[in-house]
Amino acid sequence: MNEIIEKRVLAPAIKLFKIQNPLIAKKARPGQFVILRVHDKGERIPLTVADFDPEKGTITLIFQEVGKTTTLLGLLEEGDRILDLVGPLGKPTDLENLQRVVVIGGGLGTALVFSQVKEMHRNGAKLDVIIGARTAELIILEEEIRPYCEKVFIATDDGSKGHKGFVTDLLKRLLDEGNRYDRAIAVGPLIMMKVVSNLTKEYGLPTIVSMNPIMIDGTGMCGGCRLTVGGETKFACVDGPEFDGHLVDFDEVIKRTGMYREQEKIAMDLLRASLRGEYSG
Amino acid sequence: MAEHKRKPNLAKEKVPMPEQEPGARARNFDEVALGYTPEQAVEEAKRCLRCKEPRCIDGCPVNVQIPDFIRLIEEGSFLEAYKKILETNSLPAICGRVCPQENQCEKHCLRGEKGEPVAIGRLERFAADYAASVSDNGPGHARHEPIKGRVAVIGSGPAGVTCAGDLAKMGYAVTIFEAFHTPGGVLVYGIPEFRLPKGVVQREINNVKKLGVEIRTNMVVGKVTDIDELFEQGYAAVFIGTGAGLPVFMRLPGENLNGVMSANEFLTRVNLMKAYRFPEYDTPVKVGRRVAVVGGGNVAMDAARSALRLGAEKVYIVYRRSEEEMPARLEEIHHAKEEGIEFKLLTSPVRILGDDAGWVKGMECVEMELGEPDASGRRRPVVKHGSEHVIDVETVIIAIGTTPNPLIARTTEGLELTNFGGIVADEATGRTSRPGVFAGGDIVTGSATVIQAMGAGKKAARAIDEYVSSKR
Repeated sequence: MNEIIEKRVLAPAIKLFKIQNPLIAKKARPGQFVILRVHDKGERIPLTVADFDPEKGTITLIFQEVGKTTTLLGLLEEGDRILDLVGPLGKPTDLENLQRVVVIGGGLGTALVFSQVKEMHRNGAKLDVIIGARTAELIILEEEIRPYCEKVFIATDDGSKGHKGFVTDLLKRLLDEGNRYDRAIAVGPLIMMKVVSNLTKEYGLPTIVSMNPIMIDGTGMCGGCRLTVGGETKFACVDGPEFDGHLVDFDEVIKRTGMYREQEKIAMDLLRASLRGEYSG
Repeated sequence: MAEHKRKPNLAKEKVPMPEQEPGARARNFDEVALGYTPEQAVEEAKRCLRCKEPRCIDGCPVNVQIPDFIRLIEEGSFLEAYKKILETNSLPAICGRVCPQENQCEKHCLRGEKGEPVAIGRLERFAADYAASVSDNGPGHARHEPIKGRVAVIGSGPAGVTCAGDLAKMGYAVTIFEAFHTPGGVLVYGIPEFRLPKGVVQREINNVKKLGVEIRTNMVVGKVTDIDELFEQGYAAVFIGTGAGLPVFMRLPGENLNGVMSANEFLTRVNLMKAYRFPEYDTPVKVGRRVAVVGGGNVAMDAARSALRLGAEKVYIVYRRSEEEMPARLEEIHHAKEEGIEFKLLTSPVRILGDDAGWVKGMECVEMELGEPDASGRRRPVVKHGSEHVIDVETVIIAIGTTPNPLIARTTEGLELTNFGGIVADEATGRTSRPGVFAGGDIVTGSATVIQAMGAGKKAARAIDEYVSSKR
């Protein structure tokens, strides 16, 4: 159980694992997540299930090495096992009865919408996908996602590929050109989801965003992942992780996500030192 | 020892429990109460009057044969005393530490009428710790062959572990499904190390494993599997002991500010994830210089005392009733005060104040006075007009209670629920509205005590045995 059967590097610091876990693979639905731990003093972190294959009994996780746990995770190789893996958690995305959808994936977010894209395509929806990244080499899954879409648009901050600028520039253009969608699905950095939601609100386009806040148990127990949606407190782990982007209080989410930045840096610095052999803790 | 020669120890007070000094212990996570020595235990055991009709047993939810085990301690047969307790209580080292004895066995002790009751809890702990110190071989029974059937137990807290242990002893193959990566439920995520060392919990869990119980961690029933699938997989009965794990917030303005946590989050970080040892352990916890804990139960005391140990300079308990109504164990309140926790009684928060960056900087409160008794029989607190004031704190921990986790209820057809989201179960048997499904502990009663949950697990084990036997 939990054996890594395939490891791929998708972009600098972005890795893909296919993991053997038939129980989770059988139950996972698009939009759900798992929580994992990589060593016995480790923290629990949530990761979205990017894809799943009930027949082969595998799930796919795609993650970016940003902190200690994701860095340690990235050091695992094919044949290694993930110490603890629990899921699928959260509510699946409701992807029924959609005719035409615009999907916006920012950075790692492209990986996280992959299973939704496949599912919507299977349900017969027509999809336009906008992929955004800081620079060309951080664009992931462009080829994998293309067969499921009508059109794929690219935006990079530095203009090294596609449109130079933000995903919202492309989205606005599509909307101004008269494209009509039933729904937008935006997954990526909080700030991207915020500006997308602000834009689609003007156009009255219902928008789903996916939250990935600080979480411990993932089953509604701690409340660390709480956020305000439409004036009400919700738990991302059990009420989400997806919410109506027009109702999410993004500023609060952004503040809460930074709550442990100082400690995250301490842990990361110690890990870097240890990986360089300077620290043997 | 011949009865006529025996002279009971007539001291009015219990033999004092050796403890870490308040000043020292308020800065470490080591256990506060150190336990009796054999000499102290024998001395205390002599206080038992050996009543012809002992009332203490009736006060115990699992009917430990109290005078019998105390007599064995007095005679120096410590291991025999431990075995006597084990006949009805599978977790004595835990109960001896966390039971509210003052409301249970010790409440009924005759000695309590003129002085302090016999220290039954301390003696129970002594017997269990003694047994562990001389041998790590727990009760260990080989599994009966052939097995009487397979039973699934959901949750590895006090109710689940007790139910599983009893069923294993009766000859069932039991599998426990635990959502967390470590078994023990509230004993590992909730109760702090300084009150219940995790090594003690581990020892008791190992004893249950030695009975043949299989524990599968990282299994969230209601997500990765459900009760219908468990029956399909051949389990003859299911026991639900998933506890009351959902935090209750107060819906106050400012409750989502950085620095406001549920006691569940705070204690899970500290206890289960060992944040007090960050960065050796990866999970951090942030505690301000000044901390307010809202609530008056054991969880509130645990949170307040943990905050102190994490380096807070000032910790307040903010409770809207008076000390008399506090649901916490007397010993916890006493320890908290000794360690320097300040009690702001008859005080209730109205909003939490934040700075521009979104961090807590204070909590506005009002004073309360006690009015007429409410539904719980306790006098209802009412707001005193014009009593608004601000307590300067950087951390607020909400410890006003928990409710049952709805995961299983939502995914199981035919389970009747209570108005607070718990599962309706017969008190004597744990039977639910669905055949073959039993439940007990906090998921049925709402937050209660470890020993009550164990009592429910025990009763359910007997009822499950009857149910499975009758189906054969």
